[in-house]
Amino acid sequence: MLSQNKKVILGLTGWFVLAALTLADVKVGAPFPGLEAFGLEGTLPDRAGRVVLVDFWATWCAPCKASFPAYSMMQKELGERGFTIVAVSVDKKPEDYAEFLKKMTPGFATVRDAKQKLVADVKVPGMPTCYLVDRKGVLRMIHGGFHGDASVRELREEISRLLEEKP
Amino acid sequence: MKATQRLNLFLVFAATCSLWSGCANVQPWERATLADYSMRPDRDPLMTAMSEHIYFSREASSGGRGVGGSGCGCN
Repeated sequence: MLSQNKKVILGLTGWFVLAALTLADVKVGAPFPGLEAFGLEGTLPDRAGRVVLVDFWATWCAPCKASFPAYSMMQKELGERGFTIVAVSVDKKPEDYAEFLKKMTPGFATVRDAKQKLVADVKVPGMPTCYLVDRKGVLRMIHGGFHGDASVRELREEISRLLEEKP
Repeated sequence: MKATQRLNLFLVFAATCSLWSGCANVQPWERATLADYSMRPDRDPLMTAMSEHIYFSREASSGGRGVGGSGCGCN
């Protein structure tokens, strides 16, 4: 029989373990959360059977903005082979988001996570971070930051590999 | 009150305090305010020039303030 003391300690440990589990972030090899469930502002592109790059960005993040021309180019070149970019803005101010898109006009789909529910669920470790999801909806790669050509090279290699896989 | 009861009470109190703590981590996606231009230490050119002058006058050295970026942690 457990003493009262041990019961309390056991209960508290269980509480903290449960709390830690509910905060678990997404893992490579596991399905990426469905984007429809988070009330994102904007139109999500058709992603069924496609390789999808989900990029988290913000107008206040300089490297995020620097990645846009390279991502536009990737979308243009690989789109026909079944590649789609969904850029999820975490901007709280809709005017900042709208103003930036007016100036930039990216060549891929952008949506806004106004309530920051998706980004909190995914627990993005830094800005920007992109998640590469295969044709079956499984997360295959997490890329943190944007480091110019090095990032583009790394992403393109993995995207090309995933595009070769059958749906 | 027994010693074990006091200990249990303390443990429950400590756990409750940890949950109600006012401390919170600023998540990467919540750093818009920190990344704002007004958060930059060199946002006022005149103040920066005066600080530089005081610094090199006192330390007999100048320069070395070339670190860029603000508080978003993404540079």
